[in-house]
Amino acid sequence: MTPTPANVTEAVLARHADEPGALLPILHELQDALGHIPRDSVPQIAAALNLSRAEVHGVVTYYHHFRADAPGRHVIQVCRAEACQAMGSDALMAHAEHALGCHAHAGHGSTSADGTYTLNPVYCLGLCASSPAIVVDDKLHARVTPGRFDALIATLGVPA
Amino acid sequence: MNAPGTAVTIYVPRDSAALAVGADEVAAALQAECTRRGVALNLVRNGSRGMFWLEPLVEVVTPAGRVAYGPVAPDDIASLFDAGLPTGSAHPLCHGLTDQIPYLAKQERLTFARMGITDPLSLTDYEAHDGFKGLRAALALAPEAIVQQVLDSGLRGRGGAAFPTGIKWKTVAAAAAAQKYIVCNADEGDSGTFSDRMTMEGDPYMLIEGMTIAALATGATDGYVYIRSEYPDAVATMRDAVARATAAGFLGDDVLGSCRAFRLNIRKAAGAYVCGEETAMLESLEGKRGIVRAKPPLPALQGLFGQPTVINNVISFASVPLILARGAAFYRDFGMGRSRGTLPMQLAGNIKHGGLVEKAFGVTLRELMFDFGGGSASGRPIKTAQVGGPLGTYLSESQWDMPMDYEAYAAVGAVVGHGGIVVHDDSADLAKLARYAMEFCAIESCGKCTPCRIGSTRGVEVIDKIMTPARHNRPQQVQLLRDLCDTMVNGSLCAMGGMTPFPVLSALNHFPQDFGLAAPDRQAA
Repeated sequence: MTPTPANVTEAVLARHADEPGALLPILHELQDALGHIPRDSVPQIAAALNLSRAEVHGVVTYYHHFRADAPGRHVIQVCRAEACQAMGSDALMAHAEHALGCHAHAGHGSTSADGTYTLNPVYCLGLCASSPAIVVDDKLHARVTPGRFDALIATLGVPA
Repeated sequence: MNAPGTAVTIYVPRDSAALAVGADEVAAALQAECTRRGVALNLVRNGSRGMFWLEPLVEVVTPAGRVAYGPVAPDDIASLFDAGLPTGSAHPLCHGLTDQIPYLAKQERLTFARMGITDPLSLTDYEAHDGFKGLRAALALAPEAIVQQVLDSGLRGRGGAAFPTGIKWKTVAAAAAAQKYIVCNADEGDSGTFSDRMTMEGDPYMLIEGMTIAALATGATDGYVYIRSEYPDAVATMRDAVARATAAGFLGDDVLGSCRAFRLNIRKAAGAYVCGEETAMLESLEGKRGIVRAKPPLPALQGLFGQPTVINNVISFASVPLILARGAAFYRDFGMGRSRGTLPMQLAGNIKHGGLVEKAFGVTLRELMFDFGGGSASGRPIKTAQVGGPLGTYLSESQWDMPMDYEAYAAVGAVVGHGGIVVHDDSADLAKLARYAMEFCAIESCGKCTPCRIGSTRGVEVIDKIMTPARHNRPQQVQLLRDLCDTMVNGSLCAMGGMTPFPVLSALNHFPQDFGLAAPDRQAA
């Protein structure tokens, strides 16, 4: 039987029961397991940590890394910071939006209509001497040209 | 596995900048080729030497030393073996002995002495290259004597604020509390910086050793490393390193049999730039939104969970083992003025030879960009460089000959910061970059103070108006932008809003033509 999100949340909470300031580690583990932080998990976490639901919701929504909704099947992040801008990341982002059918705007990601891709801007991956840099499903790629971007997306095996 | 004498030892970096250009694929191709040719291979995954234009950089051990080949693609492996790679033979990708490559030979690598040379997770390798000498020296000293060494070294915070590290430690050491903490700020969010990432991925025990020395000096028993979520490889390597160091007795309830405890935890951040501000980071570690705290109280007295806390950047902690091992004077003798020691600087953006350059303070931006960096990657003239991250100023050519020194930079309204240098060629539009600085602040502001929260959004709007002169009075809008920047500089709670005007005003002052203003404005930034 597949564990429900509530089961997963309960197990994660049990593992961090005695840890000081445990909310971020809990949210990370939950998102790693489920792909996002389900809204129904918020009251469960709040009760376990003796916090209000508003406090937990506030933390989930404050940090760019956490998301309340499931992302597309493939998550692509394109660095928008200065070093990558100096090497053409604005054009690369425009290319990615067109290629994936996503329209990311200032600070926010977007998911393609068919739910295949989520495109997120990211502000520095620490690969600033090998710009521009992107992440495709947790794998880093540097010195990415639009052509190389297309080749990387092609390896994901999504039917056109 | 063949006997060590007959196997060829080859290094392929595991630094994420090498992985991002195919180092794992190169390592796999090397193994396959060795199997095919019946060559016994001792493959070591080292850190990066910091010459990123050569990554993946493959090094072969020869009697004369390590010979470098790069950048190597999996397809090059067969031809490298045909040319005699195991003996370090010539090939178009060969750069000779790694240590003699001018980029490395001209550096003064103190903190980064082991970087790219050792296997990052091997405790044996670490100790064989002077590792834990600083910790062992510290264990023989009284806490006050450790603090004195750090004070005498002249070490200042390498995260950007340049506050004397020894004074921070002294304050925490003098505070009376049952529980004190050591916190490493590894939320290296500045674009153009990667020295913290390289340290955590390439020499993690150096950071652990520095933090342990801080614990001995101040009486802290627990520590945290707060690492940004954009650095998953650094998080994984640090977790592994802490587990190994604990198992070997370098961390834990009884550090090297001294009856002194220091337990270290790795915490992953969650993508908020402002959590690089120390009090926002403390809030985040406590499980809250990363909102900046008003100071005082100082974190040294009321920091993590309200207890006295040492907060330093990765490179600050990483500089300490050498200071304890070689003595304060050794470190202090590098540098100039009140900027003592070395700074691992990071050449990034549009630069031909981007990477890590550790030099004593006093080197100039021109030397870094041209003697080390080889000019722009695009081959076009360099227009400007932003030094010190997204909150640093854009420097015009007239400022490229200033010595890299905290005071010299401050005198012209610039910052050395964390040593990041982002180079732009002449195609850069400084009005667009100024707008981006305001936009980034609007995205990342924690929202606690009004100048930062509202000012950044107004900043984007007013720059948009400057750039549409048909509908707006440009001189009026420029004056508005200057007034807004003045409010942000003087009214913001922390550096996020307080320094966002630095890139904006330097762009406006040095490159007025990009804003559609004819005459160069002589009001220096």
